[in-house]
Order: sequence, then C-alpha cells, then structure tokens
Amino acid sequence: MSSSTVQSAWSGSSTGRSLQADSPRYGEKIIIGFLFLTSAVSVAVTTAIVIALFQPLPGFFSEISIVEFFTETEWSPGYSDPKYGVWPIVVGTFIVVITAMIVAIPLGLLSAIYLSEYAPDRVRKTIKPVLEVLEGIPTVATGLFAFFWLRPFLEYLTPWLPWSGLFSTGVAGVAVGLIIIPLVASVSDDAMRSVPRSLREGAYALGASKMRVALRVVVPAAISGIIAAFVLGASRAVGETMVVLLVAGAGSPSLSFNPFEGIQTMTAYIASRATGEIAVGTIVYDTIFAVGALLFLTTLVFNIIAIRFVEKFREVYD
Amino acid sequence: MASSLTRVPNRAGAAVAGARATVRGGFVKQGSWADVGRAAFVGLMMIALSVAVIAIFAILAWAFVEGRTRLDLDLLTNGPSTARRATAGYSVAIVGTLQIIAGVIAVIVPLGTGAAIYLEQFADRSKWYNRLIELNIQNLAGVPSIVFGILGLAFFVRGPFSWGQVAAAGSATIALLVLPTVILASREAIRAVPSSILEGSLALGVTRWQAVRKQVLPAAFPGILTGIILAISRAIGEAAPLLLVGALTFVTFYPSFFEGGFSALPVLIYNYAGRAQVEFQILAAAGVLLMLVILLAINSVAIWLRARYERTW
Repeated sequence: MSSSTVQSAWSGSSTGRSLQADSPRYGEKIIIGFLFLTSAVSVAVTTAIVIALFQPLPGFFSEISIVEFFTETEWSPGYSDPKYGVWPIVVGTFIVVITAMIVAIPLGLLSAIYLSEYAPDRVRKTIKPVLEVLEGIPTVATGLFAFFWLRPFLEYLTPWLPWSGLFSTGVAGVAVGLIIIPLVASVSDDAMRSVPRSLREGAYALGASKMRVALRVVVPAAISGIIAAFVLGASRAVGETMVVLLVAGAGSPSLSFNPFEGIQTMTAYIASRATGEIAVGTIVYDTIFAVGALLFLTTLVFNIIAIRFVEKFREVYD
Repeated sequence: MASSLTRVPNRAGAAVAGARATVRGGFVKQGSWADVGRAAFVGLMMIALSVAVIAIFAILAWAFVEGRTRLDLDLLTNGPSTARRATAGYSVAIVGTLQIIAGVIAVIVPLGTGAAIYLEQFADRSKWYNRLIELNIQNLAGVPSIVFGILGLAFFVRGPFSWGQVAAAGSATIALLVLPTVILASREAIRAVPSSILEGSLALGVTRWQAVRKQVLPAAFPGILTGIILAISRAIGEAAPLLLVGALTFVTFYPSFFEGGFSALPVLIYNYAGRAQVEFQILAAAGVLLMLVILLAINSVAIWLRARYERTW
C-alpha cells in the first residue's frame, strides 16, 4: 500500500511539474506578518517608555532649571523650602552599587571560575539551579531579611562601626550584591566556557598548574565577557528597588556618603513618592518622571556598554 | 626477538619515568607554597559558592523562625484587616496575584513565542529593522522594573488606556516587564534545535512555516515552556512596578480584573512589614515563607522539565 503511493507520487512528478508552489499561500504570509508584529511590540514598548518618561520633562524643567537639577546638593521636593538637586539620590544609588559590586565581583567571579574550570559535570548540574533559585528569590523577601536580620546582625558583629538609625545603605548594598551574584557568575561562566580548549591545552602542555591556567589564561581570554558580566550586574544594582527601599530607607535630603545610615536612592525615591499622597500634575509629582528618566538613561548606558563588550568577545572566538 | 619485545616497553617505561623525574625536579623547586596557594584558591572558590547557598537557606530560615506562629490556614483564607491583626492573611493578595498571572500568561505566550519564532526563523538580519528589534529586546531586558512601573502608571493607569488602579493595569505592566526574558529564552530554545531538522523537512518540499510549526516548535517546546514558567515565577515576586500602579492600597475585598483596587502577594508583604504592630511583621515573614515555597515549587518544575527533556542532538 505504501509502496504504491510512493510509486504514484514519483510518476506524478515525472511529468515535468514546475517547482513553483501551486498556491501563493496568503495564509502563511499573514502568519509571518503576525509574527513580525509580535516582535515589533517590544519596539512599541520602548517607545512608550521613552514617551512616558520624557513627555512631562519640558514642563518640569520650565519650573526647575536644569542647572539647579544637576548642581544643587539638596533633594527636598515637597518640603516647605523645596530644593531640586538630584545629587543626593544619585550618590545614594552609587553607594549601593559600589557596595554591591564589592560583594558580587569576587564572589561571582570565583563561583564562575569554579563552575567553568574546576567543577565536574555532576556538581555543575546541581550548582547552576541553586544559583538560579537565588536569582529568582523576590527582592522584597531579600529586603525584609536584610532589614530585620542582616542589618541587626552586622551591627552586633561590629558594634564599633558608626551605625545610626534603623537603616543602612551599606547593608542594602550587601543585600543587592547577594542578588546579583548569580547574574555575574552565570554570564562570566558562559564567557569562560567559550574560551577555546586549545588555549588551555597549550598552557597545560607548558606545565602550567590548573590555577595558573584558570587565572592567567582563561580569565584574560574571557575578560571582555567578564567585564560585560560586571557591567550587567552594576546595571541591575542601579535599578534594584525593593531591597533599597526597605533597607536604605528614606534618608536625609542632603548629600551623605555614610554607608552606615539610611540614604535615599533614585529607585527608592520613585517608589516612595509614587505611593505617597501627591496630587497629579504638580511639580513634586513630575519629579517621578525626571528621576525615572535619569535612571533609564543610566541603565541604558550600562546596558549598551555590556552589549558592546559581549559583541567584542564574540568577534574574537566565534 | 622475544627479548627485544620485552625490553622495548621497559626502555619506554624508563624513559617516561626519567622524563617525569626531570619535570618534577624542575617544578617542585617552586616549593610547597605553590601547593598551599592552589589549595587556598580552591578553598576560596568553595567559600564563594557556599555564600549563595547559605543566603538562600538564611532567608528561608529567617522567614520560618520569624513567621512560624502564623503558618496556619488563616494565612490563606483570611483577608487583610487592621482590626483582627492576629488572624489577618493574604487571601485577597493571592487572588490578586492569580489575576495578574493569568493576564501575564495571556500576553507573554503569544507575544513571546511569536517574536522568538520570527527572530530565529524568518528575520533577515541584513535588514536594519530586524537588527533594531534585536538590539531593542536586549536593552529592554535590562530596563529597571520600576521604570516599567512608570510606564504602567503613565499608559495603563492614566493616559491612553486610563484603566485606573486595577489588576489589569498591574498585569499588563508585569507582562511587558517579563516579555523580553521570555523572548530571549524562547529564542535560545529554538536555536538549540539543529538546523538539519529544519533543512530535512524543507528538502521534502514543505514550506518554511510548515517545517517550523511541525518540526522545530515541537522540538523547542520544553525549552520555551521552561522560559515561560521562569517568567511566571519572576512575575509572582515582582513588587516595585506594582507599587507605582497602585497595588499598595489596603484592599479588603476580592477585586475584579477591571474594577476597584487590587493587591498582590509581594506588595501586601511589603505593606504588612511597614506597619508598626509586631503581629503584622510576623505576618510579613509568614508571607515571605509562603511566597518562597510557591516559587521554589514552580522553579523545581521548570528545572525538572529542562532536565527531563534536555536533548543533545
């Protein structure tokens, strides 16, 4: 039965049928057009974000001069004598980011070296999901843990440090660091694993130890991918909200570099301002969008740098 | 003849031993400090890895110890209440989160897989608009979640859609937030299907869409499903964007999708934690534990799914 169908199919085609499709298949063209539209949605989303953030800005900067925004060192919208200098919350953000990177760079990179160079396949297969679970823990959970337990615990361990109040920007940074370890580790691990085997084998043939191969051959060879991992981690830290809101709290409106007290960050300001009782259309309300635009541009720059580094890395080894 | 046969391996063995001794002699002079350094390095890596594991267990342990007195059925069945603090719970927030997740799934399944199929199988990368879409998705994946909250505030709560502070607005905001990660995960799953499968079916005379639908997609399905499940688990835990679209209000009734206020699990946890009474702080810890257990279950399903269907072609 099947052989006869094959036979007839063959005899059918032997009559010199054209290779042209019998039908123009409009249905498929519609499907492919629909698929294109689904991927174009992301461009629409970006456009909408830019409109949402930048549309209120002309109104805002007609009331508050852009010079005051970037030179004044006090941030007190809604106060009786409001000042609109964005530096205090920018500095707060960067204290969190720097602390987070101090935690995440060594821990993430060492984890990545182990995963890529040392771990047997079986160990790797158990550790990777564990890192994914840590990455998937909601930041509100990490934030509450850091506020109710980590911050008091660290103060108990180091009573000589100048802790003040319930909040601490430094502890917020440490908690954010824990959150971004998996990101830093997995991106660096990917980079190191795509370093060609021949480089390692060449070094082993010259008598290098495993540690020397990892640190002097693989890490330098993967360095642009590793830097991309750090930049992506920093970008994630800039945008982290819940941990910072809970642990760094609401800081003083003036500039502060003290990691042992609370400082407001860009994200925490947006979150606390948007949940407060502020009338729509006022200048204080518009600060949400001005700070949001600054936050968006900061992470955009970080992301573009990271994408560039990844591309450079791919060029070398692909 | 026979003696030379037995002597050859001996001679080779002696040569190897000699070479080994020479090499050893050359390297051992580095001193045993090098061994100590290498051992210390392995130790450091172990410590670094254990920090991640310890962090997970510390958060779980803290939530359990702090919230253990409230791990009862009231946690699931009772709504928020300032009057009956000792028996208040998360029922309203759980319903809110379920509504949000339903909306997220309805958005990300067609949009996420559609975009991934287009970019992997149909997009001509020499066209500028396709490269723009790709770069744009990569960037969008790195936009902070709170910025999506501002988008939701400006477009869904007010502005063009003007739904108000409802579950639909929260749902749409979270859906757009997780969409890029779904697209990236689905693309990876589709890319992992070897091109020989596509080419084999194309060679049999089917159209590209038929080959993609009948061959490539079924093969990529477990990977795509894993990506969607991980996105859902992220959507359950997101709080920051929901703060901006109005989930922080103390809703004591079951909300409908397009009317009234709404609440979500992580946001109500944050709300409880910010209250002065100690009962609410215990309740917040119990809520954290509840949320983590749900997420661990979901993540385990995803990890199991990936391990079960992982194929090396």
